Amino acid sequence: MLRCRPMLRRLRPGRRSGSPVDFRRREPGTFEDCAGPAPVPSVSRVIDIQNLSKRYGDTVAVDGLSFTVRPGRVTGFLGPNGAGKSTTMRMALGLDHPTGGRVLIDGRRYRELSGPLRRVGAMLETRDVHPGRSAYGHLLWLARSNRIPAARVREVLELVGLEKAARRRVRGFSLGMTQRLGIAAALLGDPPVLLLDEPVNGLDPEGVRWIRNLMRGLAAEGRTVFVSSHLMGEMALTADHLVVIGRGRLLADTSTREFIEANSRSHVRIRTPEPERMRRALTAAGVRVRQAADGTLEAYGTEAAGVGELAAASGLTVHEIATETASLEEAFMRLTGEGANDRTAAPDTADGTDRQEAPDTGGGTNDRTAAPDTGDGAGRRAVRPPSGERRAGRR
Amino acid sequence: MDMASARAVLAAEWVKIRTLRSTPVTLLLGVALSAGLGYLLGLSFSAGFSDTAQERPEPAALLFATFYSLTLGQLPLVVFAVLTVGGEYSSGTIHASLTAVPRRGAFYGGKMLAVALTVLGVAVVTVPAAFFAAQAGLGRYGMPPDADGVPQAVLGSCLYLTLICVFAAGVTAMLRSPALSLGVLLPVFFLGSQGLGNVPKVKVVAQYLPDQAGMVIMRLTGPPGDPGFGRPYGPWAGMGILALWAAAALIGGYLMLRRRDA
Repeated sequence: MLRCRPMLRRLRPGRRSGSPVDFRRREPGTFEDCAGPAPVPSVSRVIDIQNLSKRYGDTVAVDGLSFTVRPGRVTGFLGPNGAGKSTTMRMALGLDHPTGGRVLIDGRRYRELSGPLRRVGAMLETRDVHPGRSAYGHLLWLARSNRIPAARVREVLELVGLEKAARRRVRGFSLGMTQRLGIAAALLGDPPVLLLDEPVNGLDPEGVRWIRNLMRGLAAEGRTVFVSSHLMGEMALTADHLVVIGRGRLLADTSTREFIEANSRSHVRIRTPEPERMRRALTAAGVRVRQAADGTLEAYGTEAAGVGELAAASGLTVHEIATETASLEEAFMRLTGEGANDRTAAPDTADGTDRQEAPDTGGGTNDRTAAPDTGDGAGRRAVRPPSGERRAGRR
Repeated sequence: MDMASARAVLAAEWVKIRTLRSTPVTLLLGVALSAGLGYLLGLSFSAGFSDTAQERPEPAALLFATFYSLTLGQLPLVVFAVLTVGGEYSSGTIHASLTAVPRRGAFYGGKMLAVALTVLGVAVVTVPAAFFAAQAGLGRYGMPPDADGVPQAVLGSCLYLTLICVFAAGVTAMLRSPALSLGVLLPVFFLGSQGLGNVPKVKVVAQYLPDQAGMVIMRLTGPPGDPGFGRPYGPWAGMGILALWAAAALIGGYLMLRRRDA
């Protein structure tokens, strides 16, 4: 079972003594080789992706991507499965060779970084821990390779709540524990830049919330947090900034708030025994109305309060007035052009929308932690056409 | 790359090796097989010498009896080398490894050196253990450690085991799969030394296989002139051929690591 640990308190900059940064601040020479780099000016914590491409034969996985990931905020890297997110991250880490373009972190290619775990913490979606090794053993060799003191291994194990399982072999770990070990490995070098590939995949709601808080805390400390996901709802809750790709191309690079405002469409649903009178009253007030399949009315371009006042003024009986926000998942799929086939069957879906009694502070986000994976089914296409002819083109 | 980073990579690779259960299993099996089989073979050869009333057997025959167990004892060590390199790929650890040590040459060099040093360390125990076990089995035919050809054979065996494991590690780095690598390597070692190497026509080529060449120094394959097992090269030339195989496999593995996506 996952537990929600008081991560944020540990990671707040105010408590430096207990923070992950510790080991760099100890007396020089305490560890054999801890002459780590001086604190880095935040300007260099940037991930700069320039015209990045990756081709596998005729298939284009990543197609001329250019964007910049900045420190101090969580940047969500959003796209359906197969959009090229993992490939981009793997190229950022120097695991895959780009066909064209480059990724610079701190102004350098990943392979040129010395002590890369101290500069960049990464968690890949693919399994990368030997099942026969213990959690401690895995973190220990990672630490040794970058001259990170072994004491730091214990710290990160505690940080992610794996201290009791540290000596157990990873083979027997649950998915949640494996994800926590991945986070521990990413935090091992106390890096100013973090790349996390689908970190919430397969986690229960509590684990999702834990990782969300962790990422927000790390960004609040001034770190660069770049996290990929195919879940629009999850990113809307976690990310400050969104980079959306589809079929390897950049579709949007915008703040989360702007993205939501631009892409979510809301309306007011009215349940009334007198639909015809209600419709007339609304139309007379200049509100666009349509009748849904279940007999309720949908009013566009107005708010629940206005509808209520109008109903009262007209002496109409109303059973329900609710604001409904078209789900971001839908907007996301529209943008990425992946959901078209799936959704044509139900043009005025009541199930595709998210009912809320009052507009939420999240600006109409989908507040389900274990959001439905809309990307699945719609987006699982291993082979894509060479050129994205269905580009939604929001640059 | 500076010395400190190189040492760090080597240290990390050593931690990887010692934190897997397969390491002690394969290495201990290698020692046990070499020594145990060495003793049994010593007994068997001793009985053979008695039966044929050989008061003073040829030194080459005694060397053969002494080191023959290594042909089997080497296999767990080869498995160790294959698992150490191939496990990176089968478990996905290679992603973490190359993220931690992005310079391919540094990672590869560290891993290969760690494999070589570990096997050399085990060989330094295994070979004397096998030697003394075999002498115990040989009983009155047993040789003292300073007998003619023995020091060279002991030194050669340690080198042989190390090089053969480096060769196996390089092949695994090329094939990127432990199962595939074992499937390729084990038949070569079994068929090469036990079969093909002694079949007249095939021998022309098979005698240059890595294990065949390296074994001359232990008199497991003969020096020039030996009718059955004779080789057109001497013990150290044979070791050189094995070293060339190991170097070729190392280079091949490195090129593969450099070229391919992880």
